[in-house]
Amino acid sequence: MRASTSPPGCIGTDGEHTLLEVSMGPHHPSTHGVFRMDVTLDGETVVKLKPVFGYLHRNHEKIAEKNSYLGSMPYTDRLDYICSLTNNWGYALAVEKLTGLSVPERAEYIRVILGELTRLINHSALAGFLLQDMGALGTPLMYAFREREKILDLFESLTGARMMCNYMRFGGCRCDLPPGWIEQTRSVVSRFPSFLDEFESLLTGNEILQARTEGVGALPGRLAVNAGVTGPMLRASGINYDIRKVDGYGAYGRFNFRVPLGERGDVFDRYMIRILEMRESLKILDQALRDIPGGPIMDPKAKLRNLRPKPGEAYGRIEGPKGELGFYLISDGGPNPYRYRVRPPSLINLTILEDMCLGQTIADAVVILGSVDIVLGEVDR
Amino acid sequence: MNGAGIIQGMIETARNFAGSYHDPERLTTVQYPEEKLPPVENARTIPFLVYDGGDAMAGLRCTACTICEKECPPQCIYIIKDLAKKPDYVGKMQLQPKVFDIDMSVCMSCGICVEVCPFDAIKMDQVFELSTSDRFLGLLFHKEQLAKPNGYFSQLHKTEAAEIDARRHEDKRKAEASAAARAAAAKPLPPGGVK
Repeated sequence: MRASTSPPGCIGTDGEHTLLEVSMGPHHPSTHGVFRMDVTLDGETVVKLKPVFGYLHRNHEKIAEKNSYLGSMPYTDRLDYICSLTNNWGYALAVEKLTGLSVPERAEYIRVILGELTRLINHSALAGFLLQDMGALGTPLMYAFREREKILDLFESLTGARMMCNYMRFGGCRCDLPPGWIEQTRSVVSRFPSFLDEFESLLTGNEILQARTEGVGALPGRLAVNAGVTGPMLRASGINYDIRKVDGYGAYGRFNFRVPLGERGDVFDRYMIRILEMRESLKILDQALRDIPGGPIMDPKAKLRNLRPKPGEAYGRIEGPKGELGFYLISDGGPNPYRYRVRPPSLINLTILEDMCLGQTIADAVVILGSVDIVLGEVDR
Repeated sequence: MNGAGIIQGMIETARNFAGSYHDPERLTTVQYPEEKLPPVENARTIPFLVYDGGDAMAGLRCTACTICEKECPPQCIYIIKDLAKKPDYVGKMQLQPKVFDIDMSVCMSCGICVEVCPFDAIKMDQVFELSTSDRFLGLLFHKEQLAKPNGYFSQLHKTEAAEIDARRHEDKRKAEASAAARAAAAKPLPPGGVK
């Protein structure tokens, strides 16, 4: 095609091909929020991709440096708003490291139960959205959200809110479990495997799904490690790294569970790893709900207000549903942190997007982005 | 066989569709404005101020200590102290708020004000139909709008309210007993006095 007849958006030629720059987003339904991909296309093939983010920047870190330690807890709910309880946990862990508070046994179990329920929510929502990106409009997402709803009801009866839970405190949890909560959770957990079976029979064997995902967006293990990718995405590439096993934080050292691993690191592996992780989470939940001890839920040394940790620094990290969620705090002895930094798993997993998309079609880029599992509240903070 | 997976998925969808007519597990939609779910005891939306007795402004438990104002993460509470004191439930003189405003457009329903309040004066409400066409003054709630009776609080959070009422009742009994003891001790000495 000659330059004079180039379509609008044409950015020049690459030898005999005309390249086209397409700005996907920030209001594109496949970008899961306000995220933009600057894609350069040769025909339908992606030759260059630049992720652009920052549309949802809310100054989270600076607000936290102004607020008291307690005051940042409800803001962490709003990082990754699908899994607020794991965000609470990561932040509580960092402050507990900084102040040297210990967490009573019962509170550790409650945290594990809530953390794993959050993982179920996140992975089922992700599976639904991923299939939605592939064109399975509505149905799988609705089934996934139907199950998520049951867990959100549990959260509401315990923490008072469905999504913005604000439940964990430094040295324990805010309130004890209401009567009957364990039994309700048990019944939700016991019915979850049948949902997973149903979900898998709905789509995992589907030929269109397999054709769309197998071999698409492969991420070699070596590249994943070098890019700092963590969580299910790293494990889908075959690297055995799960912070629940590596650090054994909380009560995770006591539970018997396996870490599922993928082989090729393509979109199908990333989808399957989430389904398998949900099954492992159910195992952890069964054990935790069986063994949960009685006792206090707060460290007696913990205080709610006027927390002034000694000068120092701490990094608390957990295996969030999306990857390694870390909080880095520096205290100068004052009532608010001198420096507060979040290591968001979605952002760091997103940095490798271009390498996964090169040479694929633009329709596949949408699916690859869906399999990364991003939440823009966390990417932009 | 090619296509078997698709047929399998169709069967699953059909099962769900048929199930949605008789199985409550599969029919979970609530027709919201007509139907409403029963409230959950722990649920929280926006804060309100608790008062005892019949007169809202005289019975406010708030002592204008401004702890909630300082701790509120998005800084949506605004308090001016009234220098005229009033007796609280145990008869101790306490300050009271002249102005107690909460900007509901800023409030993020975290409940930290409730946790830090040492007087059980601020609690979380469960109302959720709050939309208004005036987003500035319409959402700036003054203490008159915020004040709600203790009976309302007991309806929302039964367990918590029962605990608080029992504690306050006990405090009041102790205060009355010690006041009676003090009154007895302060009685004028009998004629003749102490030797």
